Amino acid sequence: MQDFVLLAANLDRLIQALRAAGYQVMGPTLRDGAIVYDEIHAVGDLPQGWGDDQEKGRYRLKRRQDGAYFGYAAGPHSWKKFLQLPRRPVWQAQKTGHSMQITAAVETVPAMAFLGVRSCELHAIAAQDRVFVTDQYRNDSYSQRRAKLFTVAVNCTSAAATCFCTSMQTGPGVTLPCDLEMTEVIDGAEHFFLLRGGSADGEEILRQLPLSPATERHHRLAQDAVRRTAEQMAQGPRHFDSADLQALLYRNYDSPSWDQVADRCLSCANCTMACPTCFCSTVEDTTDLSGDHAERWERWDSCFTGDFSYISGGAVRADTRSRYRQWMTHKLATWYDQFGSSGCVGCGRCIAWCPVGIDITEEVQRIREAESG
Amino acid sequence: MSKTQGRPKLAVWKFASCDGCQLSLLDCEDELLQLADAVDIAYFMEASSEQVRGPYDLSLVEGSITTEADERRIREVREQSKALVTIGACATAGGIQALRNFADVQEFTAAVYAHPEYIATLKTSTPISTHVPVDFELQGCPINKKQLLEVISAFLHRRPPQVPPHSVCVECKLRGNVCVWVAHGTPCMGPVTHAGCGAICPAYSRGCYGCYGPKENPNTSSLCHWWQQELDADRATVVENLRNFNAAAPAFERESRRQEQRHGEE
Ligand code: SF4
Ligand code: SF4
Ligand code: SF4
Ligand code: SF4
Repeated sequence: MQDFVLLAANLDRLIQALRAAGYQVMGPTLRDGAIVYDEIHAVGDLPQGWGDDQEKGRYRLKRRQDGAYFGYAAGPHSWKKFLQLPRRPVWQAQKTGHSMQITAAVETVPAMAFLGVRSCELHAIAAQDRVFVTDQYRNDSYSQRRAKLFTVAVNCTSAAATCFCTSMQTGPGVTLPCDLEMTEVIDGAEHFFLLRGGSADGEEILRQLPLSPATERHHRLAQDAVRRTAEQMAQGPRHFDSADLQALLYRNYDSPSWDQVADRCLSCANCTMACPTCFCSTVEDTTDLSGDHAERWERWDSCFTGDFSYISGGAVRADTRSRYRQWMTHKLATWYDQFGSSGCVGCGRCIAWCPVGIDITEEVQRIREAESG
Repeated sequence: MSKTQGRPKLAVWKFASCDGCQLSLLDCEDELLQLADAVDIAYFMEASSEQVRGPYDLSLVEGSITTEADERRIREVREQSKALVTIGACATAGGIQALRNFADVQEFTAAVYAHPEYIATLKTSTPISTHVPVDFELQGCPINKKQLLEVISAFLHRRPPQVPPHSVCVECKLRGNVCVWVAHGTPCMGPVTHAGCGAICPAYSRGCYGCYGPKENPNTSSLCHWWQQELDADRATVVENLRNFNAAAPAFERESRRQEQRHGEE
């Protein structure tokens, strides 16, 4: 496939081409001390020159020495907030006389372009697709948003300490289909993006950009940057062999490690809300004071709440031990049975955004150690 | 307008409190007319001196029990009410005035009043549920008016109120806030605090200070540990956050006493 070079000075042309094609462009931007995902109007909205320092329970913005646009790792938001809305109306009902009319909520679904989707995030979107689009219980709201989506993927050229995509085989290089794939390269005074079209829509956007053909040297620089990122992660403390996770967890329902983690876990649900694959929601049914009008809303839920497993008589998972075990076992084991893949893509969000720094990779290690005595 | 026939009778009662929660009801403005249509507001001294005698279908109770007269009156209220819902931190957890539970109330009255001998008060401030059975507790200081309307609607139409008891963190994430604890190192009570406010404080880059009281299944000791070990919070900050409007909520009270005790040992 033919690759092209887009000078960093022309990055705004890409954003404007997407906007002109009718897309609402969503991408990274600085807000409240973090890099979040929001609507992007121009290149100036991007977090140029910013990176991050991440550890368990800790995230800090950091000035980079270069002017990289995508020199940060996964932040507090994930793309799921645009596809599986945190809250949305499902239907409303109106009583008139003796009849009742139920009307499904109709959404005006925007065509969105996600700018800067990482490889692990493409895997996360694919995981949610298996839940909401291809599985037997299709979610129309998600499916419609997803169908119109344009993805500009970015190969990772820097990773946070919390990243472990190499362990989950989801990155740092892009391995799943996308509309455009780019690699940001900074080499001395040179700053460019190596671009590749991945779909007809992607090719169409490429045609509108001031591009030059990529040379051997451009390719090498781009590959080196991604390889260095993989090496950095492979040497880090969160690199592990994930091949036996499912069997490991199925053998260890009664591991003493669950009690230990339950002492620390706040059952606050931050991990599941931050996770790009966690898909659970609940519905809230309400009436107004007159009782003539009723509404159903869908909103994100989490297996860490008491209501999640509440049935007549109480919560099935009343204690934190059973909630944490449910979460981790679903992510790393039962997800395979349900959807044929891991429920974890190794983005590290649950590690950084857990207030008390509970680290899923460390917990895997603890279970292993407890088992081997 | 006297079409009171057939409409459920609502009463609003006040015990030791600041009136803020009752005012949330008056603050409902647009919905107030709808409320007046749906119920017969039979007793609500803050709004009208007109009083309709009991029994009442739904009683909203604000305030905590701090005197012997209160103790008697809440029993009378209970007897006259089919359903009793407590509103606010005072009624559900004893309120800020429950700080007396941790000290000597006589010392307080002596310090504050010129003639403390005229003050007849109990040693403690206690929630309504200590004295009579309560059908539902709506937490918050003050309560959220939308939640109040939701609870009233739910009771009127015999359905469960949508007042989830999970953490403020859930609301914070739904809103897309950047976590002030993780990203700024600001101590935040959100992970142990009951949702309902919509995560207002973190939305303005402040830590939650727990005004909605404990969430279900709160792990206060793990939170306090991290605050002190990783966020450099001192013992006083920890105790102040546990011991404000919901000081006597069991989970917060236990933890603040434990923290003080550990301090004493060190
Ligand atoms: S881990 Fe919990 S919140 Fe996430 S998808 Fe599984 S059950 Fe749902
Ligand atoms: S479980 Fe954690 S590391 Fe895995 S995908 Fe979810 S947030 Fe990312
Ligand atoms: S693991 Fe961390 S983020 Fe998840 S519920 Fe427990 S304390 Fe909250
Ligand atoms: S800012 Fe506070 S309430 Fe919000 S997620 Fe962080 S700890 Fe929870």
